[in-house]
Amino acid sequence: MASASVSGVPLMEGALVEGQWPEWFVASRQRGWAEFQQLPAPVPKDEKWRFSNVKALALDGFRYPAPVADAAVLVERSTGLGESAARFIFANNRLLAATAPAAELVKAGLVVMTLEEAASKHADLAEKHFMAQEVKLGSAKYAALHRSGPVNGVFIRVPKNLEVAQPIEIFHWVEGENSAVFPHTLVVCERHSKATVVDCFRSADDQPAFACGVNDLVVEEGAKLNYVAVQQWSLATTAFHLNSTTVGRDASCLGMQVNLGGKFVRGESYSRMVAEGARSDMLSVNIAGGEQMIDQRTFQDHAKPSATSDLLYQNALTGKGRTVFSGVIRVEPGAHKTDAYQKVRNIVLSDEAEANSMPGLEIEADDVRCTHGATTSQVDDRELFYLLARGIRPEAAQQLLVMGFFNTVLDRLSDARLRGHIEGLVEKRLSAALRG
Amino acid sequence: MKHLKIDNLHVSIGDREILRGLSLDLPTGQVHAIMGPNGSGKSTLAKVIAGHPDYTVTSGDILFDGESILEMEPDARARKGIFLAFQYPSEIPGVTIANFLRAALQARLPEGEELEATEYYAKLYEKMDLLEMPRTFTSRAVNEGFSGGEKKRCEILQMAMLQPTFALLDETDSGLDIDALKIVSHGVNSLRGPETGMLVITHYQRLLNYIVPDFVHVMVNGRIVESGTKELALKLEAEGYDWATEPEAEAVGA
Ligand SMILES: Nc1ncnc2c1ncn2[C@@H]1O[C@H](COP(=O)(O)OP(=O)(O)OP(=O)(O)O)[C@@H](O)[C@H]1O
Ligand SMILES: [Mg+2]
Repeated sequence: MASASVSGVPLMEGALVEGQWPEWFVASRQRGWAEFQQLPAPVPKDEKWRFSNVKALALDGFRYPAPVADAAVLVERSTGLGESAARFIFANNRLLAATAPAAELVKAGLVVMTLEEAASKHADLAEKHFMAQEVKLGSAKYAALHRSGPVNGVFIRVPKNLEVAQPIEIFHWVEGENSAVFPHTLVVCERHSKATVVDCFRSADDQPAFACGVNDLVVEEGAKLNYVAVQQWSLATTAFHLNSTTVGRDASCLGMQVNLGGKFVRGESYSRMVAEGARSDMLSVNIAGGEQMIDQRTFQDHAKPSATSDLLYQNALTGKGRTVFSGVIRVEPGAHKTDAYQKVRNIVLSDEAEANSMPGLEIEADDVRCTHGATTSQVDDRELFYLLARGIRPEAAQQLLVMGFFNTVLDRLSDARLRGHIEGLVEKRLSAALRG
Repeated sequence: MKHLKIDNLHVSIGDREILRGLSLDLPTGQVHAIMGPNGSGKSTLAKVIAGHPDYTVTSGDILFDGESILEMEPDARARKGIFLAFQYPSEIPGVTIANFLRAALQARLPEGEELEATEYYAKLYEKMDLLEMPRTFTSRAVNEGFSGGEKKRCEILQMAMLQPTFALLDETDSGLDIDALKIVSHGVNSLRGPETGMLVITHYQRLLNYIVPDFVHVMVNGRIVESGTKELALKLEAEGYDWATEPEAEAVGA
């Protein structure tokens, strides 16, 4: 592997690694590099890449970037919720600023620290859960690349019974032409704890960049985690966002992916219900405008009986935007009384946009309730006329109707402030996408 | 005083002519009622004035203060002061009444000017109180899951907020119970005045006891066959439309 240097290093020469990492992590990184080189690149006829654009995966030009030019400016630009339990800001794979949780939360056992620090200080927990689930949805090669890279991000452990009222907020910035970033978020919610984590992915400029992000969410018995990822990379960026969620007995995880940016975005979301009473809400709001392609694959894995998964993905397409949704509900043998729901809704606002939806079921148990469906529609003429008849201009009317469409998903966020914040970001991007 | 003038209007949908030479002069300060059998074209008239794209005006004109609005887009007509309370209001999923009305009022402000939030809510609550609508309605999606009566009340709330010059109320009384009818009529009457003209479409004379019209028109087969004062509504209530649909009556205005 290449040694640390201040200038960028081409991606294919092996990672530019900085910092102090324990042996287990170095070994994992080496394993990642070996796997990345050995695994074949996807080809169009690969079922897991159907309707996708494998040409978008040429990574040769990307580089492990040097530190950003002006950290203070990016810290300043990291506007989010206003109030949070902890706040971490990364750029080009390096920590820029951190606000640790309040002393009483730390005293209660809450851990929010960089992955690098946690890799040593909480080695057992970090090693146990870091990329522990097999990547099954097509991007194993890119998960391996992530493993091999200058991974940075936040490790969160919410101890037993602790409820963290305010969200924990994390920013990942990328700056500079062809920079490659490797954000990682690892959350362990221990028994009966409660937390909300918000990841914000942003570009400092409108340059092409590469983001290869992974998050591991572990929700133990009776715990509740809300995880929201707001992806606002530049419209020239190629991005992977690979999620793996494990939900325990009577625990629940609400995960929401909001994709507003990116040129080619591949999202993979895997939720495994590992005990009875587990619940996973898998939600997504996506805007694909201009030349954007948002390709999402999901897996609702019911390993144990009496668990619930509820997936709702909604896409608005403008310009030449494209979306792909491919989702599987799998009910393993013995997972009786499974309640699984999967719905994707597309609203297509231009003749040149294209939405593909591929729902799927693999059921090996009896007495289950599984429903799935996909709808694609345009703006309803009657609804549009109703708004026009009130004097609302056509562009504003369309914006209002599409936001109404998205509100079905956003309404699932119970935190009004968080919801309002996300709604504002979606609204802004939609307005730009509608103007073309 | 302003005028909304319908001049020998012919309107078709596809090959079918629905309005067949209809004329009407509605000045501000007056309330005109239109009654007529099902399918005679009353809603068509209201929608065509509002600029509904399904209908084609084949001849005649609609003049707003002497100026033809036929070439105007529906949203521009609304901003000019035309309001249609729909017979069948659409449900708008996910769009709250508060956001919807804010957008409608915002559209009427000069570019760059922002609607003042506290004033807006003060006005909204005042009008809701007038119509005895609970505050919880503001955060509900427009018409979604509303009862028939609630939808009609919501139409009048919108009219009260937008304060149109010409309001077209298409069967606003249908689906209202007797108490709601009084409340809604009270709301409508509070908007009556020298600055506002109203066209009230109804099947029931009862409404006209609450919203007393200056003129009543009878519409049959796409034409106005008889006009008179409010007593005409009583005659219709007693005799139905048979007399008006007889051949000689149909010849009126032909
Ligand atoms: N969009 C449309 N497509 C086809 N026919 C239409 C359309 N709109 C109206 N019509 C027809 O035009 C005629 C007049 O309809 P309109 O709704 O104007 O009647 P109305 O007088 O309002 O009736 P009602 O009292 O039942 O509300 C009817 O025969 C109706 O079927
Ligand atoms: Mg009608």
